[in-house]
Amino acid sequence: MQRFPCPFCGLRDEREFHFSAEAGKTRPDTTQDVSETEWRDYLYAQANPVGVSEEIWVHIPCREVFLMKRNTVTMEVLSSRALRKEHTP
Amino acid sequence: MTGFRLGTGGRIDRSRVLNFTFDGTRYSGHPGDTLASALIANGVRIMGRSFKYHRPRSVWSAWFDDPNAIFNIRLGDVHRPNCPAATTLLEDGMHARAVNSFPSAARDIKSVLDLGHRFLSAGFYYKMFMWPDWHLFEPTIRKMAGLGALEGGPLEDSHSTQRFDHCDLLVVGGGVAGLQAAATAAEAGQSVVLVDDHAELGGKAWQSPTVDGHPVADWIAEQTKRISAAGGRILTRTTAFGIYDHAMVGLCTEHGFCEQPSLTRMRPEKLIMATGALDRPLTFAQNDVPGVMSLDGAAEFAGRYGVAVGRRACVIADHGLAEQQISTLRDEGLDIDVVEPKDALPKAMGRRAVTGLQVGPHHFTCDTVLTSAGLMPIVHLWRHAGGKLDWDSNAQAFVPAAGPAWITAIGAAAGTFDLDDALAEATAVATGAARPRRKADYCARPRPAVLGTSQRQWIDFQHDVTLKDVELAARENYVSVEHLKRYTTLGMASDQGKTSNVAGLSAMAALQGKEIPEVGTTTFRPPFVPVPLELYRGHHRGELFHPLKRLCLEPQHRAADAAMGEYGGWLRPGWYGGGDADQAAAREVRMARTTAGIFDASPLGKIEVMGPDAEKFVNFIYYNTVATLKPGHIRYGFMLTESGAVYDDGVIARLDENRFVVSCSSSHVDGVVSLLENWRQDGNDPDRIFVHDTTQNWPTVTVTGPKARDIVATLNLGIDLSPEQFKHMQFRAGQFQGAPVRVARVSFTGDVSFEMSCPVAQAAALWGATIEAGAPMSAGAIGLEALSILRAEKGFLIIGKDTDGETMPHDLGFGIPRLKKKAAFVGDRGLQTQKANETNRRQLVGLAVPEGAAMLPCGAHLVSGSGETRRSVGFVTSSYDSPTLNRPIALALLSQGLATEGNAIDVYHLGEKRRARVVPTCQFDPEGERLNA
Repeated sequence: MQRFPCPFCGLRDEREFHFSAEAGKTRPDTTQDVSETEWRDYLYAQANPVGVSEEIWVHIPCREVFLMKRNTVTMEVLSSRALRKEHTP
Repeated sequence: MTGFRLGTGGRIDRSRVLNFTFDGTRYSGHPGDTLASALIANGVRIMGRSFKYHRPRSVWSAWFDDPNAIFNIRLGDVHRPNCPAATTLLEDGMHARAVNSFPSAARDIKSVLDLGHRFLSAGFYYKMFMWPDWHLFEPTIRKMAGLGALEGGPLEDSHSTQRFDHCDLLVVGGGVAGLQAAATAAEAGQSVVLVDDHAELGGKAWQSPTVDGHPVADWIAEQTKRISAAGGRILTRTTAFGIYDHAMVGLCTEHGFCEQPSLTRMRPEKLIMATGALDRPLTFAQNDVPGVMSLDGAAEFAGRYGVAVGRRACVIADHGLAEQQISTLRDEGLDIDVVEPKDALPKAMGRRAVTGLQVGPHHFTCDTVLTSAGLMPIVHLWRHAGGKLDWDSNAQAFVPAAGPAWITAIGAAAGTFDLDDALAEATAVATGAARPRRKADYCARPRPAVLGTSQRQWIDFQHDVTLKDVELAARENYVSVEHLKRYTTLGMASDQGKTSNVAGLSAMAALQGKEIPEVGTTTFRPPFVPVPLELYRGHHRGELFHPLKRLCLEPQHRAADAAMGEYGGWLRPGWYGGGDADQAAAREVRMARTTAGIFDASPLGKIEVMGPDAEKFVNFIYYNTVATLKPGHIRYGFMLTESGAVYDDGVIARLDENRFVVSCSSSHVDGVVSLLENWRQDGNDPDRIFVHDTTQNWPTVTVTGPKARDIVATLNLGIDLSPEQFKHMQFRAGQFQGAPVRVARVSFTGDVSFEMSCPVAQAAALWGATIEAGAPMSAGAIGLEALSILRAEKGFLIIGKDTDGETMPHDLGFGIPRLKKKAAFVGDRGLQTQKANETNRRQLVGLAVPEGAAMLPCGAHLVSGSGETRRSVGFVTSSYDSPTLNRPIALALLSQGLATEGNAIDVYHLGEKRRARVVPTCQFDPEGERLNA
């Protein structure tokens, strides 16, 4: 069982988390024309990298949505950080 | 009668006697015995039958590497199949039976199968039974396959405890190296856990007279004391059966035959693997005859259990450490011939028991043959952790090589077989020092397999894989080890090839003229030893398997004799007053339509969305335009997936400028909260929008029906309930007994309804007052079954029942936002795809049956055409007998359904054909006069 670091709660077992999406995609502006290809790529095209992958995960108990970098081969977690722009106290 | 109990020695308590039976015969043993050692002490040889040929088998070894003796055991009410005799501790009153044999292992009627071995070679069922049809033979072969049998049902009130744990250092293996490492590390201040699968620590130490110059028992007691004194923990009868992702170690602890084992998920910072080594079997003619054993097994039976496996033994050993074990056995009184076969192929004589050993022209009379072709470090955990293996050509064995920094192998597991070397290594590794140089030499020279003979030479004892099978596989080009394994089933027995794999690899290497490492190994997977599935299940069973959400009004429902059932993850009243579900539901429907029905709608989603960006946010989340919604008003709408499919329907109320309540379906609350949080945090400024699920904070009592207003009026909520002042789809805040109450005028029934939500503390009072107010008007509680009918009469849909993963809002008659909404919203682009624009989309329709016909079956196909051209064009999603309309009603998804309204359609279900007419979804009060009353 893997352990992931929630930026809010710290290290927790993987079953407390849900995978959300690969990081780095931006939703096309749908008020403008969006081509079929562009929409398909946004919805379905995944990089599925062998190695380092940047992903959006959700920690279910606290509902924090965060960015995690991990290696899909070694299962090593490289970093995790909150999505919000900056943390204002 | 060959084996016998030694007068002294071993870790058994000779002062107490335990009685047991094996295959119906009574025997006795002592505490400390395993079933295998007790049977040997009673002179029993044949303890099982092999899987395929039903050859007689005795134990090959004394611990988990024995593949032969597998028993079904009953003790009192507890029955367990497939217990390895060599690792099952003897308990008084056990009844054991060998698996895969009838009537007993000694006299198995299927032993005749062995005569047909020529026809049962590797892959025989691919060759023998293909003509005329494999399926003719399959049932018989399947029946003959398999080992132990289940008896009785599951054990009630018996479940595994599961724990989480952590430590600085986990030492796996309580032999000499493990004990020394654990004691040293604990004294250096580390939190240490030592696990060992035996009930008594010491590993192979009991085979020697002394350790480090001290008597064995004294030395072990001293180390145990050191570990405990320094705060270390020792878990005996505990197997580290697997290492999983991120260094989690699975530990299985036995608690006796009648108790379930417990699971510990251990997270150590570091792990020392002191798991020891196994004897590698020697491949020679008839090497499966009962009485051919591992040398180490015989030494272990003598040292740990005080049992001699025979009186006169021949030993063939190919490594340097055998001397020690031979001298120990001689000290115990065994008469031993050490045999050096040189190039000759030895052959064990005898059929049901060894009577001698033939080596070339020489015949040795003996009752036991002990062999060891070298020692094999137990490297399973190393491989689980992702470590690599090296081939040590001197030891002729795989040893741990490069691996993760947190795991270290010591002692025999690392190829350090000498006791003093292992002690020095354990001390060094436990303190983080460099591994010292080994002083003693160890060298193994296993004799190569003798190929091309007509003799039967066993490699996998349990699965009856012989050298000839490996040769056959090589001839047929199954030379990769993974192919060899699957073609011959080598290593696929319950011992997972602990003994047989290396013998098989060396045979394949010899066949191809390669070295063993060039042939490679198969994958080592957890669990290391079989563990019961119960271990993984633990308390996840029955009610706890999928815990239901409970209503705070459950006592009130139960008091009213509600039939409680699961509805969307909640335990809710199905109907009231007991009795038949259909009759009760019909009675409740009629009541709701004539006076009023009162129901507990607490699970209905109540998710508050607040903040300066809340309006923009919900407008983006909803398919419908929400931005134009005025405070105090409610709107019905859909949430979609990005592909445009309907995910949820429900209403949204606007409390004020920056505050909304999202009222999603009862079963979708968690999903909708996740969806909202995802969009809130990923793509928006989370400091300007807040999402707060208050579903369980605001229980809801709903009153629906012509008398609903009169009933609510008696509650004195301080709200003007007149139809002019409080219209359908409006929202009001009031007070009930001094507490806030939120009233929404929305309807899931088609009649005037008031959804009243109040704090949990007032819920019982509000429910009670509402029921009390309704009683004089002949109104009362209704359950979910009645509600399902009421909503279907109006054509109100349930997402997931009346829709599927392809349904889009325009399939349900809600097409306007798709065409008109200007702002971006979730699913907008998905609604404009080619698929979304197809004309033959399945749309929601109503179905009516001819006068007097029965209701349609739910799930029935709607079909067009006939014969060859008959196609399913849709299916029935909801179907009820409507008590209001006095006829059956149904909802269905039908291709081009909206355009075919009024048409007749064929309905097909389980061979039966019916007719129905396509009608509007709303079959009751289509003008909505009652709704707006």
